[in-house]
Amino acid sequence: MIEIRLHSRGGQGGVTAAKMLAYAAFLDGKEATATPMYGAERRGAAVVSYIRIDENPIRVYSQVRNPDLVIVLDRSVMETVNVLDGIKPDGKVLINSATPLELEGHETFNIDLTAIALSLEMKLAGNPILNTSLLGALAKYGLVSRESVRKVIAETFKDERNVTAAMQAFEELKI
Amino acid sequence: MLTVGTGNKAIASAVRDAKPAVVAAYPITPQTEIVEEIANYVSTGALKSRYIPVESEHSSMAACLGAAATGVRTFTATSSHGLVYMCEMLHMVAGARLPIVMANANRSIGPGWNINAEHTDSLSMRDTGWLQCYVASAQEAYDTTLMAFRIAEHNDVLLPVMVNLDGFLLTHSIQPLRTVEVGDFLPPISLPHAIDMDNPGGYGTLTTGDVHFKFRWDMERAMRDSVHVIEETQKAFAEAFGREYGMTEDYRTEDAEVIIIALGTMGKEMEVAVDQLRDEGVKAGSMRIRWLRPFPVLDLAGRDVVVIDRDYSFGYGGIVAGEIRAKTGTEVFSVIAGIGGQEVTYNDIATFVRDRRPGGELWFGVEDS
Repeated sequence: MIEIRLHSRGGQGGVTAAKMLAYAAFLDGKEATATPMYGAERRGAAVVSYIRIDENPIRVYSQVRNPDLVIVLDRSVMETVNVLDGIKPDGKVLINSATPLELEGHETFNIDLTAIALSLEMKLAGNPILNTSLLGALAKYGLVSRESVRKVIAETFKDERNVTAAMQAFEELKI
Repeated sequence: MLTVGTGNKAIASAVRDAKPAVVAAYPITPQTEIVEEIANYVSTGALKSRYIPVESEHSSMAACLGAAATGVRTFTATSSHGLVYMCEMLHMVAGARLPIVMANANRSIGPGWNINAEHTDSLSMRDTGWLQCYVASAQEAYDTTLMAFRIAEHNDVLLPVMVNLDGFLLTHSIQPLRTVEVGDFLPPISLPHAIDMDNPGGYGTLTTGDVHFKFRWDMERAMRDSVHVIEETQKAFAEAFGREYGMTEDYRTEDAEVIIIALGTMGKEMEVAVDQLRDEGVKAGSMRIRWLRPFPVLDLAGRDVVVIDRDYSFGYGGIVAGEIRAKTGTEVFSVIAGIGGQEVTYNDIATFVRDRRPGGELWFGVEDS
């Protein structure tokens, strides 16, 4: 089972990203669950979502304590949240960042999803839309197939720029 | 059809596919998405149903009662404070033998204010005459809601059914969901005592002690008969759609020396604890109680039993533990855990089993319990 923790801010589309990722894994023939953690969330607050992907039906409902992969959609959350908390010794990190960041002891992948969104003028309520490009990056990472990502995004959003953003992120992420 | 959805979405999809004539509901966290989705289906024409927005839960159940009395399929959904607010109407609906189906998102009751999972809301309604089922996945929520209509409307039952799902843990968890073509799995509703304008009659009239108990005995008989209707419906569902359900979901129980019992999502996660314990050489098994009313027959003789209650009856103990003790005569180790969404992992559950004290009670996280 692959366990993922996704850090974002309310309004960035982290929950939608988690949902689309689970859907894409499902289309790949795997089992998946996505669980947003709800508290006093609001636009701008640091929020966390959990995703589990497995070959077998998923029976675990408690929070992801020891993630295999940590995703950080907004690196400013790292000022207040220890995103590496409980990460597996060989756990990896994927960060949306304009300047490459290396987290000690863990293989770190950087990609500027914000730049992709801005280059395509993809904004919602003033915020760059990051979740669809994130899915492209995760396809490159190998979590889900590119075909499933394309299908899920096309089903979720009418605007074709979302698929373009995902494919651009797929090309840009260096593995 | 293959899709993904939350537990809430699964319930709403089942309601869309069961096509009730009337839905009357009041939104409450964490059930809100159910009524939003249904309202959306009605407004877009995906569900041809009368949607009645009401000002309270007491009114939503009252509106459902009136609608159901005319002999049409009826649905509502609620949670926590909403459920206890409609308590009087729950008794009214069961007593009037109206086969209403309701989803309840299990949530703690305040104060302190808490919107997370707890079973005290529905368990405190256990004596109202409603059938109660507790589900543990989005798929099970969908399947059980469809089956609930068939069970409630069966003329051997004619009692309302409450489908319970854990607040947030399941209502907001996004999971794979396979919807079905319902077809004749759900026959049209036919209520023998539906209001008939051509044959006026009295409803809910005064009954004195010499007859009132007969109505209650009829309810009890229907509740007992509901066991075979549930079993037959679950069998028909498996034949039509390939997914099997029981009164309980038993896991590795055959040769088990210790059995863990719980409701809802924890009842699923405990299977992982069972695997862990088996790897250590502990012969563990689990029984997730799906149907709490009617209460299932449990084979627990000669085994240690650990019951996890996400609920409590003050001055008595864990509610499910108490029911199992009373019904089976088995001594149990009663664990109170997960109240108000308290985090409980499969590691914790395995620890409850390793440290069990038959006859004892443990409040998880409380040092001197």
